[in-house]
Amino acid sequence: MSTFWSGWIIVLSGLNILACFWLISWTMKRRAGESAQGDVTGHTWDGDLQEYNNPLPRWWLYLFYGTLAFAIVYLILYPGMGNWKGILGWSSHGSQYEGEMARAKAKYDPIYQQYAKVPVAALAAKPEYEEAREMGKRLFLTYCMQCHQSDASGARGFPNLTDNDWLYGGKPEDIVKSIADGRTSIGMPAHAQLGDEKIQKLGQYVLSLSGRATDQGAAEEGKQLFMTVGCAGCHGADAKGNQALGAPNLANNIWLYGGSPKTVEKSIREGRKGIMPAHKKLLGEEKIHLLAAYVKSLSQTQ
Amino acid sequence: MQAETYNYKVVRQFSIMTVVWGIVGMLVGVIAAAQLAFPDLTHGISWLSYGRLRPLHTNAVIFAFGGSALIGTSYYVVQRTCQTRLFGGGLAAFTFWGWMLIIVLAAVTLPLGITSSKEYAELEWPIDLLIAVVWVSYAIVFFGTIAKRKVKHIYVANWFYGAFIITIALLHIVNNIEIPVTLTKSYSFYPGAVDAMVQWWYGHNAVGFFLTAGFLGMMYYFVPKQAGRPVYSYRLSVVHFWALISTYMWAGPHHLHYTALPDWTQSMGMVFSLILLAPSWGGMINGIMTLSGAWHKLRDDPILKFLIVSLSFYGMSTFEGPMMSIKTVNALSHYTDWTVGHVHSGALGWVAMVSIGSLYYLIPRMFGRESMFSTKLVELHFWIATIGVVLYIAAMWIAGVMQGLMWRAVNADGTLTYSFIESVERTYPFYYVRLLGGILFLSGMLLMAFNVWKTVSDAKAVDDTVPAAA
Repeated sequence: MSTFWSGWIIVLSGLNILACFWLISWTMKRRAGESAQGDVTGHTWDGDLQEYNNPLPRWWLYLFYGTLAFAIVYLILYPGMGNWKGILGWSSHGSQYEGEMARAKAKYDPIYQQYAKVPVAALAAKPEYEEAREMGKRLFLTYCMQCHQSDASGARGFPNLTDNDWLYGGKPEDIVKSIADGRTSIGMPAHAQLGDEKIQKLGQYVLSLSGRATDQGAAEEGKQLFMTVGCAGCHGADAKGNQALGAPNLANNIWLYGGSPKTVEKSIREGRKGIMPAHKKLLGEEKIHLLAAYVKSLSQTQ
Repeated sequence: MQAETYNYKVVRQFSIMTVVWGIVGMLVGVIAAAQLAFPDLTHGISWLSYGRLRPLHTNAVIFAFGGSALIGTSYYVVQRTCQTRLFGGGLAAFTFWGWMLIIVLAAVTLPLGITSSKEYAELEWPIDLLIAVVWVSYAIVFFGTIAKRKVKHIYVANWFYGAFIITIALLHIVNNIEIPVTLTKSYSFYPGAVDAMVQWWYGHNAVGFFLTAGFLGMMYYFVPKQAGRPVYSYRLSVVHFWALISTYMWAGPHHLHYTALPDWTQSMGMVFSLILLAPSWGGMINGIMTLSGAWHKLRDDPILKFLIVSLSFYGMSTFEGPMMSIKTVNALSHYTDWTVGHVHSGALGWVAMVSIGSLYYLIPRMFGRESMFSTKLVELHFWIATIGVVLYIAAMWIAGVMQGLMWRAVNADGTLTYSFIESVERTYPFYYVRLLGGILFLSGMLLMAFNVWKTVSDAKAVDDTVPAAA
């Protein structure tokens, strides 16, 4: 803020506070010719409206002085008067936010560090690490449930994390990487240029992989299309997907965006693209370690 | 020569429409409250969705109900205390029909989803322009009447009405500077954090000048009139008037604690909100103490009950407000239903009840009657309304503090104890109680409508003669 605007604020707010003091003393002054205390002032409106010439109530006056004094002291201690930083050196983003974060770090980091050296697989499986998994679950309920739901069963476009079907791999290091760095899918491209008929046939083929085709002839033709128009490039000739690309397995009857014929055709026609945001900066490695263990544990019993 | 009469026609029009818009606005509020208690209530009907009804409710109760009450009573008070007919002739009628047109346009556009998205300033630019024209006309009528007054001194009620009229013009125009894109869409002229700052400078002063100063003007006329006693202290009215209108201007940033707003603005917002406590209470003291020596009148005068209880709610809200502006308290209360409770202790407890009391005084006089059709119904209205407000605000206080505590609760490992949805789940019982409170308050308004109908239906409109200058 420039010196001018800083001065502007200081002068205006300072004058406003001083004006309150002046106003009180000016009003309390008794003037020649005014009516006695406790009497009406002598003015009358609309027949019978009058005012008493009563003094300011004491307790009210002290309350007013009290808040004015508080304001002055506060504005000396804290930022408020333009560029004046306040003698306490407080700021919301500096001393308060960073201070609170540092205190939280000092308090909570050791709790997470105790599991940092234990491999994710062990944390996910061994009975003695129940508490670690509970911590992972609590982290999940704070940071992950917004998309993946509180029971990690996912939602449309957000993968189910309990079904042991993995877009980018289910090994501990894959899960850690998904959480830490996020995943930006290269995307299922749109294929509207194929035309509705071919799209419908491709859809029938994809559904036939989980035994759900309703038109076997179309599914047969769709298989030919699958191999020639580019699907197999990412999803593989067997349509079982490619975790290196994040291309889903199409043959296990698990559907990220829905498995109705209409929805499958829509996926082919318009394409799909999912994003898992990166959490390394937000959470740090130790918390991600526990989250990965919890997520891993969800599909371990199946 | 025929003696000059007061212009009561416009007062009658605004008074009756205050009751009508009160019922409409509160009905929409009850529907919105029901939607929170039963979220699927109007599922799939876009124009009945909560996001569209909520601004309709706030606009209807503040500007349609509150605005009609303020403009109507100010026209009555300014004429009688200036001892002269309302200035401007047809201009007063224009303000009535203009204001009604604005309300109808709001009632159509908001459910259609046409909004500039600024809270309490949602109406789009063509309506904003219309508001500016009507409001300036209102100012001309009001100050024109003051200018041609037959008494030397300007009565205290008119200071407050005057401050309200000038400031609302300023707030409305500055906050709604926007760039039109189409007839129904515009974008704010201000960028990012500046826009937020301007918006809450507007938003809080709308509370300060529309819902506080304006209704204090009402209070300063109708309380001493109904009590038949002089105002408690002239000196107090001078101090609290000037302190109130000057310090309110700084208080807006307390709506934006711990946001992208610079720290210095937040501090200013907080300290000036605290300074506001005494000036706000000045009005309460002056109103309630006016009754000193005549407390017995409260026993059997339900109009006085409305007025005095409204001042008690005013005192409570203006204590609660400064407390909530303290950053440490705000960190708990912000974004919770506590804020909703606070607003309604002001809006129902203060604004609505002082308006209702004043209307019960005003309406019979406008129609040549001694009193309302049924004083018993006024008494019943008072109790239903009071119980409704208490249920409403108590439910929202408890819900708000509970939400704030749940959101900040952490486990031993620093993770959150509760997910957000758990706090929503726990709030349901309070949403039911709030709905009941709202239904009670609305029922009171329906009683009032009946009572008003019986009072005016076969009565003759009466315009008093302006007394000769003393």
